[in-house]
Amino acid sequence: MGHVSARTGSRTGLRTGLVAAVLAVATTTSCSLVGGGDDDTSTGGDGEGRQRVVLVTHDSFVMSEELQRQFEQESGYDLQIQASGDAGALTNRLVLTKDDPTGDAVFGIDNTFGSRAIDEGVLAPYDAQLPDGAQTYVLPGDDGADGRELTPVDNGNVCVNVDTGWFEDEGLAAPTSLDDLADPAYADLFVTPGATTSSPGLAFLLASIAQYGEGTDGEGGWQDYWTRLMDNGTRLTQGWSDAYEVDFTQGGGGGDRPIVTSYDSSPAFTLDDEGGTTTAALLDTCFQQVEYAAVLAGAENPEGAQALVDFMVGRDFQQALPEAMYVFPVDSGAELPADWARFAQRPTQPLTVDPAEIAANREQWLQEWTDITTR
Amino acid sequence: MRRYATLAALALGPVLVLAVFFVVPVVGMVGRGFVVDGRLDVGGVLEVLGRERTHRVLWFTVWSAAVATLVSVLLGLPAAYALHRLAFPGRRLVRALLLVPFVLPTVVVGVAFRLLLGEAGPLGGLGLDGTPVAIVAGLVFFNVAVVIRAVGAAWESLDARPGEAAAALGASPAQVFRTVTLPALRPAIVSAASVVFLFCATSYGVVLTLGGLRYSSVETEIYLLTTQLLDLRAAAALSVLQLLAVTALLVVAGRLRAVRDPTQSRRTPRPRRPRGTDGAQVALTLLVLVLVAAPLLTLLLGSLRADDAWSLDNYRALDRVGQGSALLVPASDALLTSLRTAVDATWMSLLLGGLIAVVVSRRSATRGERRLRSTLDGFFMLPLGVSAVTLGFGFLLTLGRPPLALLDSPLLVPVAQALVALPLVVRTLVPVLTGLDDRQRQAAASLGAGPLRTFATVDVPAVWRPLLAAAGFAFAVSLGEFGATSFLARSEHPTLPVVIFRLIGSPEPEAFGTALAASVVLAAATAAVVLAVDRLGGRSFGAL
Repeated sequence: MGHVSARTGSRTGLRTGLVAAVLAVATTTSCSLVGGGDDDTSTGGDGEGRQRVVLVTHDSFVMSEELQRQFEQESGYDLQIQASGDAGALTNRLVLTKDDPTGDAVFGIDNTFGSRAIDEGVLAPYDAQLPDGAQTYVLPGDDGADGRELTPVDNGNVCVNVDTGWFEDEGLAAPTSLDDLADPAYADLFVTPGATTSSPGLAFLLASIAQYGEGTDGEGGWQDYWTRLMDNGTRLTQGWSDAYEVDFTQGGGGGDRPIVTSYDSSPAFTLDDEGGTTTAALLDTCFQQVEYAAVLAGAENPEGAQALVDFMVGRDFQQALPEAMYVFPVDSGAELPADWARFAQRPTQPLTVDPAEIAANREQWLQEWTDITTR
Repeated sequence: MRRYATLAALALGPVLVLAVFFVVPVVGMVGRGFVVDGRLDVGGVLEVLGRERTHRVLWFTVWSAAVATLVSVLLGLPAAYALHRLAFPGRRLVRALLLVPFVLPTVVVGVAFRLLLGEAGPLGGLGLDGTPVAIVAGLVFFNVAVVIRAVGAAWESLDARPGEAAAALGASPAQVFRTVTLPALRPAIVSAASVVFLFCATSYGVVLTLGGLRYSSVETEIYLLTTQLLDLRAAAALSVLQLLAVTALLVVAGRLRAVRDPTQSRRTPRPRRPRGTDGAQVALTLLVLVLVAAPLLTLLLGSLRADDAWSLDNYRALDRVGQGSALLVPASDALLTSLRTAVDATWMSLLLGGLIAVVVSRRSATRGERRLRSTLDGFFMLPLGVSAVTLGFGFLLTLGRPPLALLDSPLLVPVAQALVALPLVVRTLVPVLTGLDDRQRQAAASLGAGPLRTFATVDVPAVWRPLLAAAGFAFAVSLGEFGATSFLARSEHPTLPVVIFRLIGSPEPEAFGTALAASVVLAAATAAVVLAVDRLGGRSFGAL
C-alpha cells in the first residue's frame, strides 16, 4: 500500500509511507513480539536434548528465578510454567483437558477442590517423601490403592481479622467468635469477600458451615447464621483485595470497616512504628486451606513431574514460600521470616469440613448462599 | 463471478483467523455442555433456559446494558461534536484522556469507583455503592469513549455544506441537526451503540465489584458456572443464549444502520471556535470529562499517598523487585511487554479489520451478494458478544494439542487481543468507506488507474483519519485487555494489567499503593500513545 501511494507523490503518499515505515521499524525491532524474537526460544540452544517439564498452576503462583534455575540444574529438566485462573478455574481446567493434559505436574489444587480432582481421575498417584510435619496436611480420604495423589506443599488459615486500635479507640471489646459478628453491637462493621467469587470468601462460608452445621428446612444451621450476618449489615465484596484494601480500616484505601475476612498471616503485614502490629486474627474463626502439588494422569514426562513435586517439598522451596506466596510451609523445620514468627499467630484447632462433603455439596451451598445474600 | 472471487480472496485470511481463534475454541467449549456421556443432550440445555434464575439474569443483563448504552450515546454525542468539530486549546489532550478508562483493568476501576462511592469515600453520602446506578456509571465510564471516538471520526469529515444550506433556508440549529446531521451520522451512531452494548453485556468485573455481588449478569453467571461449579451444561446454555442475543442485536443494528443512499461527500472542515450556540454541547462535554476524571483523580491522588503523607514512594517502588516487594518483574519491563504486545495486536487488527471493512463496504451487485457481505460483517462482531471465560477455556481445550498446538506461541496473546479490537476497527472504517461515492472510483478507473491505484487515491485518503482513530482504539484495547490475556499470558513475561492485578491482591503493605502507581503509569502511557497517533493524523490532511 505504501509503495503504490508513494508513487502518486501526494501528501497522502508521504503520510502512508511514513506510517508504513513506522510500522516496519516497529515490527522489525524490539517494539514487537514478532520482530523482537523470543528469548525463551533462544535459550533453547544450550538445553540441547533436554526434556521439559510443564507445570500447570494458578495465577498466584510465584517461584523465584533462582529456584527455577536450581530445579533445572538439579533435575536436568527445563521447567515451563503455565499459570492461569484461580484454584477453581485450575481444577476445572484439568478436568476439561484430562484426556490430553497440557502439562505434566500441577500445583495449587486446594483442600476445597482436592476431592473433585481425585474423583475425576485427573491425577496420577505419587508418594513423595514428606518433610517433618507435612503428614497432618494430607487430604483426608486421599488413600487410594495405588498410593497418595496430592502432596501437601503449603497451608494458611482464612481468619476474621480486626483492627485492634479501632476497637480500643471506640472503647468496645473486639469480637472473638463467629457468633459475635452477628451481634448487633458489631452492626455494620464487618466486610467479607463473597463465597462465589473469592477463595477466602468460600473458606469463610465453609468456616460457618463447620461451626453451625446444616440447617433443617431453613431453620438454624449456617443458613440461619448468614441470615443474621446479613441482617447485621455485613458488606460483601467481589474479592479479598476489595474487602481488605478498600473497606477495611487498616487497608490501603482507608475504609470504614474494622472487621474483615483475611488470613492468619495478615497481622505480620500491618506493623506499626512501635514494634507491634495494628491488627489481630480471631483464632476461633479460622478455616484451614492447604495447597497441593501432584503428577498429572497421562503426563508426557511423569518422571520430571515427580522431580518437581519432590522439589516443592524440599527445604529451599519450602523456606521461600512465605515471601513468595504469603503462605506457611508444611515443613515444620523450615524457618519463617522474623515478622511471621512474631506476629502471625496460628490457630491450634482450625475449623474443617470433610473434602468429600465439600465436593458433594459445593453447588448446593453456593446456591443457597447466593439466595440468602441477595435476598 | 469475478466479484465473488475477489470477495473470497480478500475475506479468506480474516475468516481463517477467526475460525481458528474463535469458532473452534467456542464450539469446542460449548460442545462439551451439549454432549453428555458421548450423547447429544439438548433437553438438558433447554431445561436450563427455562429456569427462573436464567430469566432474571438475562433480564438484568439486557436492561443494565441498554441503559448504559443509552447514557453513553446521550453523553457521547455532544462530546463527539465538541471534541471533533470545535477548536479549543487542549482538545487533543482531552480526547486522549477520555480513552484512558478503556485501558484500565476493571479491578483497578472497581477499586477507584469504590474509593469514591464507598461509605467512607467523598461521594459516600449518595449511597450508590452496591446499587445498579453504580454499575451503570461504571459501564458508562468504560464505554463513553467508544461513542466519542467512533462518532467523532465520522463527524469530523462530514461535509458541513448541506447543514449550512439548510440553515440558510431558515432551519433552526435543532432542525439542521435532526434533518441533516443525524441522518448522516446514523450509521456511525448505531455502530458505536451496538459495540458499546456488547461490551456492557459481557462485562464481568464492573457488575460484581460495583454491584456488591447482589446482581448477576449472563457473563458473571457463565464465569461462576464454568470456573467454580463446572456445570458445563448450564454454562453452554447461557453461552448459546448469549450468541443468539448477539446475533439478534446485530441483525437489528444492521437494519438500523442501513440507509437508502449511504453516499456522503466527505470534506473535513476546519474545526471552528466555539460559539454561543455550542454552549449545551460544551457543558455536556465538561460533564463527561468530570465523570471520567473523578475516578482517575482518585487513582492519581491515592498513588501519591504513602504512610499518610504525600510522596513518590509508590512510584519508586515500581522498579523494586525481590525482598518485601510483590513485583516479580520491574513495572517498566511489564510496560514494555504490554507495548510490544499492543504493537502486534494493533497491526493485526488493522490488517484484518481493514480487509473486512473493504469487503463489507463494497457495493453489492446482487441481493445474494449483499446478504453475504452483511453476514460476514456480523460474523466478525461475534467475539465481542461471547464470554471471555468461554473463549479462554476454549483456547485451553482446543489449542493445546496438534493440529492447533498454539498455546505456547508468543503470538497467541496479541491475536486474542486483536480479535477483541477487530470489531472496533471494522465499525470505525465501514461507515466511512460506504459513504464514499462509487463514482469517484469509477472516475479514477476511467482515467486509467488500476484497482490498487484507485484504492490508494480514493479510499485511503478518506479513511486516513478513521484508520488512525481505529489504531488508537486497537492499541488501547490491547493495553488494557485482561480477560483473555489472563488465560494465556505467560508468567515470565506478564503484561502491565496482569502485574497490577497481582499487586492489588498482595498482602504486602506497599503493594496497594504500588498498584495504583502502576495504573497511573498505564493510563499515562495510553494517553501518550493515543495523543501521538492523533498528531500523526495532522490537521489539514483530510481536506485533500
